[in-house]
Amino acid sequence: MSGGLYSMEGKDFDKTLDLTKVKPYGDTMNDGKTQLSFTLPVPAGEEAVEAAKQLMRKMGFDNPQVVFFKELTPGFTFLNCYGTCLHTVDYTCIHVPKVETEVMGMDETDEFIKENIGRKVIVIGASTGTDAHTVGIDAIMNMKGYAGHYGIERYEMIEAHNLGSQVSNEEFIAKAIELKADAMLVSQTVTQKDIHIQNLTELVEMMEAEGLRKNVILACGGPRITHELAKELGYDAGFGMNTYADNVASFIVHEMARRGIASK
Amino acid sequence: MQSKLGLDFNKVAYARKLAKSIADGVQSYVESYTTVAVERTLCRLMGIDGVDRNLVPLPNILVDELKDKGVLSQGVLFFIANAMVSTSLSPQKIAEKVAEGKLDITKIDVAGKSEREEALRPYIEASLGRIRERRYRRENYISTLGEGLRPYLYVIVATGNIYEDVVQAEAAARQGADIIAVIRTTGQSLLDYVPYGATTEGFGGTYATQENFRIMRNALDNVGEEVGRYIRLCNYCSGLCMPEIAIMGAFEGLDVMLNDALYGILFRDINMQRTLIDQYFSRVINGFAGVIINTGEDNYLTTADAYEQAHTVLASDIINEQLALLAGLPEEQMGLGHAFEMNPELENGFLFELAQAQMTREIFPKAPLKYMPPTKFMTGNIFRGHIQDALFNMIGIWTNQGIQLLGMPTEAIHTPFMSDRFLSIENAKYIFNNMKSIGDEVEFKEGGIVRTRAKQVLDKSIKLLERLNKEGLFAGLEKGIFADVKRPFNGGKGLDGVCEKGENYMNPFINLMKGRK
Repeated sequence: MSGGLYSMEGKDFDKTLDLTKVKPYGDTMNDGKTQLSFTLPVPAGEEAVEAAKQLMRKMGFDNPQVVFFKELTPGFTFLNCYGTCLHTVDYTCIHVPKVETEVMGMDETDEFIKENIGRKVIVIGASTGTDAHTVGIDAIMNMKGYAGHYGIERYEMIEAHNLGSQVSNEEFIAKAIELKADAMLVSQTVTQKDIHIQNLTELVEMMEAEGLRKNVILACGGPRITHELAKELGYDAGFGMNTYADNVASFIVHEMARRGIASK
Repeated sequence: MQSKLGLDFNKVAYARKLAKSIADGVQSYVESYTTVAVERTLCRLMGIDGVDRNLVPLPNILVDELKDKGVLSQGVLFFIANAMVSTSLSPQKIAEKVAEGKLDITKIDVAGKSEREEALRPYIEASLGRIRERRYRRENYISTLGEGLRPYLYVIVATGNIYEDVVQAEAAARQGADIIAVIRTTGQSLLDYVPYGATTEGFGGTYATQENFRIMRNALDNVGEEVGRYIRLCNYCSGLCMPEIAIMGAFEGLDVMLNDALYGILFRDINMQRTLIDQYFSRVINGFAGVIINTGEDNYLTTADAYEQAHTVLASDIINEQLALLAGLPEEQMGLGHAFEMNPELENGFLFELAQAQMTREIFPKAPLKYMPPTKFMTGNIFRGHIQDALFNMIGIWTNQGIQLLGMPTEAIHTPFMSDRFLSIENAKYIFNNMKSIGDEVEFKEGGIVRTRAKQVLDKSIKLLERLNKEGLFAGLEKGIFADVKRPFNGGKGLDGVCEKGENYMNPFINLMKGRK
């Protein structure tokens, strides 16, 4: 199984980086080396290994290698594999929609609000629907924040209300009206069977029905949320992995200023 | 036991005394009240089961009827007993007739007290017998088949489909798991009823139903015989149906139940009165059934900071212990919770975690402590995650934890794949074997980081317990002492299901079960 791992054979491919033809990098430009692991619902053995190799060829890998396998339970074999990716992508023509706002720190944002909005910004957040996870909304809202980024409760010029988890869309909207929210933040962690899509869509529809949508900044976040998905669902922004309170707060205040929601 | 940390056990005894006083304050309240969940549990103890044609469980139909008519304070057993005396029907038949609208149990002549008790007695004995039989079955399995070494390896299955869960659970048992927890579908904790029958659709988990319990218990018995090790089954006695889930688990031979006194209040916004009343009866049942309860202190640290708030975990463990003792639950069944949740960037974080785990071990020497893995700082970097889990496993074996809830490298990405569970079990088995006796070999130096930290956490816990003892637990919860979460006394879900006991109220099971086997 080790043939190619310590291979001494010459590398007779073009080793210059061409951004129009990008492929994975192991230790040499354009070597295409990729690691992957998966489980096949077949017993362990030579046949399982061969099945994995054939599958990898179909996935677009040359020189597929199974470096480890183990039967997890009768009829299920786990495999660790390496292969050489044959495909390339043109990096130069990629366009990913993202939140374009300049990201400001807490003090800057507070300053921005004082200058451009002139009153406290009201933000409510919740993990909605049946989702019981508070970790996402807490990371954005709680005083302490996450990974060194203070949560928006700490912002002097933001009045933040964290409603916690399992808040129904009805309750969430009622609370937004009661508190005169400028921005609503929805956190979705559970994404099994796309339950989050259904829930996020419902909120937008209900807000439109109530005539609230255009006066409120609506954003969603979670590990599986992208800005592109959020826009598609009718949100103003989506915040995925590696985004913090700074990103969210900056977006809210810039968007408010842009739309002139300031004096409400 | 010789303390490796130089803990001052006079301080520990003082902390317990404070917690006892806090728990007593709650208990004096709890004993005068009942809830719809407690009453539905009594229906199930009378052998009432099944659903009507709209899939409403019969215990809900009976209890809601009493609640709607404003007579719940007398308790469901009072009305069932009267109906039994007057109609000579079984409780199940009575429930069916009520469901069909053919019987109004609130309009039946009141029978004499001894007649009522006489009518209920055979059903009470049948239920107690059924639970005992389950307990003996477990004990027999453990003495004949044997069981895994501690810390038990605890893994979750969460496919949403009970039959797929069985495939995952069997694989895990063969790989070395000792406890299989079937995660509940998101949202079940807020249902004020327990769904009925086998289920194949759930989100992030599988419905807890009595039939699902039966299917999984049966599968684990079979795989346990195959691997020569009793495999424990765990579910969640939390939310709005705590005692009901407890009784279903007791009937079907569950071995471990999440059953925290405060978790629902803090993390599900369930009303504090409701939860504290419900937890009492659920723990009486779990104690009687020989079920290990797990408490949920680890969750505090998913919202609050694990280093700064470590003392709240210890304080809550001590309170949970005292509340469990009041419900007759023996220490050997108290899987008090704590967690490895400090920021991995923290210098010497491992030593602080070690201090916390060793301290918890020494303060609760008989308890099968439940040790929770890192979740908050799992990032999707599965490779680092696997190492975080390895450090967690080292502390588990080092400090002789009771139940090691295995972390998954794919935490924060998806519910575990079969291969994730394999990697995690392999990780734990490797470390548990390779470092087996490290706890016997290594001591902590006087004045060092570990001893100092343990002392500091204990001292802070005592301060917190003193404050709670002065204010009472209810007021403490209103002020956000735990997990930075504030909950009002009359807020939250399920308050309308709380009811003061009336003059005819009866729940003979408390006396028959509490502190007994």
